[in-house]
Amino acid sequence: MRLTHEYIQQQLQEKFGEQVGSFDTPYGMLTFEAPKDINLKVLNFLFDEPTLQFRFLTDLTAVHYPDQPGRELAVVYHLHNLTANIRIRFKVFTDIQTPEVYTATGLFSAANWMERETYDFFGVHFVGHPNLKRILNVDEMDYFPLRKEFPLEDQTRIDKDDAMFGRG
Amino acid sequence: MKDQHIKLPEGSIEKTTTTLNLGPTHPATHGVMQNILELDGERVVSTEQTIGYIHRAFEKLAERRPLYQITTLTDRLNYCSSPINNMGWHLTCEKLLGVQTPKRVDYLRVIIMELARISDHLICNSIVGVDAGAYTGFLYVMQYRELIYEIYEEVCGARLTTNMGRIGGFERNFSNTAFEKIEKFLQEYPAVLKEFEDLFIRNRIFMDRTQGTGGISAERALNYGFTGPNLRAAGVDYDLRVHQPYSSYEDFQFNIPVGNTGDNYDRWLVRQREMWESLSIIEQAYRKVQDFKGKEAEVYHADAPAYYLPEKADVYTKMEALIYHFKIVMGETEIPKGEVYQAVEGGNGELGFYLISDGGRTPYRLHFRRPCFVYYQAYEELIKGSMLSDAIMTMSSLNLIAGELDA
Repeated sequence: MRLTHEYIQQQLQEKFGEQVGSFDTPYGMLTFEAPKDINLKVLNFLFDEPTLQFRFLTDLTAVHYPDQPGRELAVVYHLHNLTANIRIRFKVFTDIQTPEVYTATGLFSAANWMERETYDFFGVHFVGHPNLKRILNVDEMDYFPLRKEFPLEDQTRIDKDDAMFGRG
Repeated sequence: MKDQHIKLPEGSIEKTTTTLNLGPTHPATHGVMQNILELDGERVVSTEQTIGYIHRAFEKLAERRPLYQITTLTDRLNYCSSPINNMGWHLTCEKLLGVQTPKRVDYLRVIIMELARISDHLICNSIVGVDAGAYTGFLYVMQYRELIYEIYEEVCGARLTTNMGRIGGFERNFSNTAFEKIEKFLQEYPAVLKEFEDLFIRNRIFMDRTQGTGGISAERALNYGFTGPNLRAAGVDYDLRVHQPYSSYEDFQFNIPVGNTGDNYDRWLVRQREMWESLSIIEQAYRKVQDFKGKEAEVYHADAPAYYLPEKADVYTKMEALIYHFKIVMGETEIPKGEVYQAVEGGNGELGFYLISDGGRTPYRLHFRRPCFVYYQAYEELIKGSMLSDAIMTMSSLNLIAGELDA
């Protein structure tokens, strides 16, 4: 049987009912979201269910939406069923005060560094992660640079002394 | 002990293992990355990889740049095969913007991408040789990487960080010299590749050094998110060019080589075999490009005036071209709202671009799925219990590119 978006959606809704929602297929990829406290249950279900078998974690990252109170950070999983060759996108929203999401390292070894990277840039705290520390930035850094409140340098500023950079 | 100047950490005298700091600037790491190895004699007990030495915050930078300015950032991911990154980025934008590229553009892109794949694999395989003590092959094949770079030069003017192409196609048509050089490459390279292969493939020393080291099972490789040649060496025939064809790869006939043990030797063989397949793809694409006649043979970009940067001559003479040029260069083109994931088969595996647009002029969020970053975390598992010298070989045969690790 061919795995279709409708089937995946139906399976998820049968299992989790109203908790999974916001089904959409932007540019052909099935996207949905679930509350953060059942993220592992959803991932486990997608992983183990014989007809679904989403066993390849392609990508894990986060997005910051400062204008959505209570849902500021979205953790995005890209999962792939290699046998049926179908991809899905799964989102979990969390507030920014307690950005705690369960780790997926138990299911996917690949999640280890991806979660570290996500923590490094967005400060998402992955509960249960074996080694949650910064990966690309310096350890001393005390902020999460990809959050929207950190603007890039103003390109028109003129108060900088460029002599040291060979541009003066 | 009272007058000792060097303060040794607690318990270090009784320690039975040696800590070895390898990198970040070590000739064997081929890039800026650090490994702190714990050794028992010459056997690796554990390792901790530190990366991030050339982190340049591309994802943050991209949030302020219009789409066409992000191409230069992608160059610097896997700089051994920049054109693949460039094309991958253009494909992502085209998917989001809904731009259809003509077949000729697709085929030209395929030629360039496969050339880039060859140059990527060539570096990796010859460096594996260098790390095993065989320098000759490396020096010998560099001539042909040079030829590939000359082809890039002919197409876009640059060699390493190519910034090649535009959204919708290429900035100019391929010149006759470019085609001549591609032909030269197709004629001369097979003999060179064969000779290079013969230096290694049944070489006793090379086989002893690579076979059975750095191996991984298919199941573990999948769990670790391996893609590309490293996954195929473990026996999984996953190749995006076949499974999710982009840029008209479905029009070509080629095989996906797979290994079975996932060790250094298999990785080497898979890359080697892929170069042969790439050669065949380039040849097919070259024939297809030659088959275009008349007006069709002049097509080198899509008809998407709002996104494709117009030719300079048109900018000076045509009103619309001038307006679009201004809008594109000043970054005043609105990007449609949406989120898109597009992946291409890069030199190292699945190079993915996750682009979210909120309808503004720059991406709201852009994430690069870098294959290197994902599979480097398996390094500890790959080398645990092996000899230090095998750990070095494993590192080079994984083809770690610091630019791709750090983004």
